Amino acid sequence: MVDSGTVLWGQAIAYTCYVIGAMLLVGWFSYRVTRTRAGGGVPPALFWTFFALLVVCGVSLHIVSYNTIPWSPTDVHRDSIEADKTFLIEVENHEFLLPELPLQIDCHDKVLFEVTSHDLTYGFGLFRADNSMLFQMQVLPGHTNDVLWQFQRNGVYTIRSTEYSGPRGYRMIVPGAVEVTGCPAET
Amino acid sequence: MTFTQTLLDGHEGSFRPHTLTPMQKLTLRYVVVGLVFYGFAAIEGMIMRIYQIEPISLFSPTQYFGILTAHPLVGIFGSSYLLVFGAFLFLVPFLMKKPLWSLRLANWTLWLIGGGTMTFWLDGFISHYAPLYTLYWPLPADFEQFHPLSGAIFIAGIALVMVGTGLFVVNVFKTITYTPAGEERQPGKALLASALGFTGLANLFRRPERRKEHLVPLPVAAIARGSVDTALNAAVILFTGVLILVYMVAKLAGVSLEHSAIDALLYKNWFWWGLDLIADGMVLIFVAGTWYLMAMLITGKPLFMQNIARAALLLELVVSWTVWSHHLLSDQAQPEILKILSGEAVTAFELITQGLAFFITLATLWSARPLKMTNELKFLLGGLLGFALAVPAGIIQADLGLNRILHNTQWVVGPHVHVAILVGLTMTLYAAMYKLLPILTNGAKLYSQKLATFHFWAHLVGGVGMGAFMGMAGLKGMLRRTIYFDGEYLPFMILAGICGALLLAAFAAFLYNILMTVGLRGALGIFQRSTLDPDVLVPETRP
Repeated sequence: MVDSGTVLWGQAIAYTCYVIGAMLLVGWFSYRVTRTRAGGGVPPALFWTFFALLVVCGVSLHIVSYNTIPWSPTDVHRDSIEADKTFLIEVENHEFLLPELPLQIDCHDKVLFEVTSHDLTYGFGLFRADNSMLFQMQVLPGHTNDVLWQFQRNGVYTIRSTEYSGPRGYRMIVPGAVEVTGCPAET
Repeated sequence: MTFTQTLLDGHEGSFRPHTLTPMQKLTLRYVVVGLVFYGFAAIEGMIMRIYQIEPISLFSPTQYFGILTAHPLVGIFGSSYLLVFGAFLFLVPFLMKKPLWSLRLANWTLWLIGGGTMTFWLDGFISHYAPLYTLYWPLPADFEQFHPLSGAIFIAGIALVMVGTGLFVVNVFKTITYTPAGEERQPGKALLASALGFTGLANLFRRPERRKEHLVPLPVAAIARGSVDTALNAAVILFTGVLILVYMVAKLAGVSLEHSAIDALLYKNWFWWGLDLIADGMVLIFVAGTWYLMAMLITGKPLFMQNIARAALLLELVVSWTVWSHHLLSDQAQPEILKILSGEAVTAFELITQGLAFFITLATLWSARPLKMTNELKFLLGGLLGFALAVPAGIIQADLGLNRILHNTQWVVGPHVHVAILVGLTMTLYAAMYKLLPILTNGAKLYSQKLATFHFWAHLVGGVGMGAFMGMAGLKGMLRRTIYFDGEYLPFMILAGICGALLLAAFAAFLYNILMTVGLRGALGIFQRSTLDPDVLVPETRP
């Protein structure tokens, strides 16, 4: 099962390859544009080919990501998916109020986190022990803020506000807030 | 010449401010004030880079967040707005071959934006009012964290900037459409239709022999269309400011208004709709227009696929009104249909419109090869590279799945925002500055080409490098808008800090080079009144 760490690695590799390609293209162009002319201008066919490439890239990104990133369809259809467990979390005065500590989760459970703010706009994110992000969402006062997540690996996660809520907000960290158990040990 | 003589009188004494027209002086004043604010933003940025390496005790966290709030606002309004507005207030009459509609209004724009920026910057510096530029409701009216008076002064400063912006827009459209005294009447409505793209749109449905010619040059069309977004954005920010001010004034009068009277999600949609008219509208349209102008000036040739370029500018304008929802992909209460249509699908159009502008500019340059690698050409290529890197980075984060793990990380603000602004936008502006320098100074000679070359490489490597290392930290989970005290992302932040220092060194080299080009007396002379005819743009070439 693909997790968010794997997706980020894939993205890093793809974007790095693109950056290198773009730099080489502009570097090559910068060199050649100063050289003596050895041919005509740019044929319109090349322009339209490039246009078609942009359209394909723009359209395909979201189709590919929807079909390969496991939480995308879950997120869109979360209203019609039954959660194995639901945690109601409240936030007030720059503090997360959890129903229990840690929040215990069994492996492969689909867990709904429903977070309610009583004052400001906050963020709600789960982070691994190495500080990398598992997922996040915004928490707006006066609205239902929920995210459905299926946990695939054992671990202890930190909850942290991912949105700025004034100078007091940077202290909104709850270490060891979520514990996932029961997954087979990875080899 | 000795060093002291050059410092006082400029390189070879070639800059003589008394020969400048009022329009030249006004444009140069915009440049000077814009560069001063760029210096503010650059120093603030460097302080924050150091703070991300080690939270230094010199600045408290509240001061840090005050800087974090002021930094983008000073950079965008104080620097980018003034540099862009100054250049366009010169270029619109220059390209339309008639005087600016109102020099007085242009002066008001400069001092309102400059004064407004100083007002909110000083207020933030002293009072640490720090709701960030996003002003997410109800944070700007959270009086447990901020004093209402400091907030009111801050918002008043922003309002001054918006009023100045409105005057700029009026001046641009009046200059396009008005008839100068004593001249044959110009078709104001037809000029406006051409500038906004209605003529080109109607031509699509006309037979070839009945198609109307474009009355407005392409760069002016870009300026006009970008100005539409600029005006709409100013209106949104002004309205939002008034809304916030109501809460502040009430609090100062001893009345506490209910925060829940304003829906946080509706407010966020409204605010991002307006803010995106800058980030995804005006900036992209203005930049594309500047690329086209630079390509035509550098090559002396017409633009490749000019009609497509005009159509793409119009498409970009429409796209910019409908993309705001990509900022709300992590807001679970936001309707899914808006996330998918506005947030993902329409946003992907920006890859197309900006990609076409990139291609058209390169194709125009290619058609005129061999070209000399001048300062303006190399900075233009740097600007093109910046957007080639930053736009796809933005498209990636405007995806439902990827946004779940990228939103509010350093990825957003590194490879996307800073590479777009520092490399894409700023290098394009530098290209224009190097190109316009001899025109605006009546032929002043650049002090040092070596410094200009250092400026280019240090800015390019610093900008791309800083964005890259911030992005790497973001992929490892580092958030923006917070403070890390335990060195969680130290290697990335040290490298980003080195790149930030390179950017600062590049700016220092540029400033020194320009100062030595015009001299201290010349720089002061820019602010002295010109005695020449205000209707003349540049000497001996009455428009």
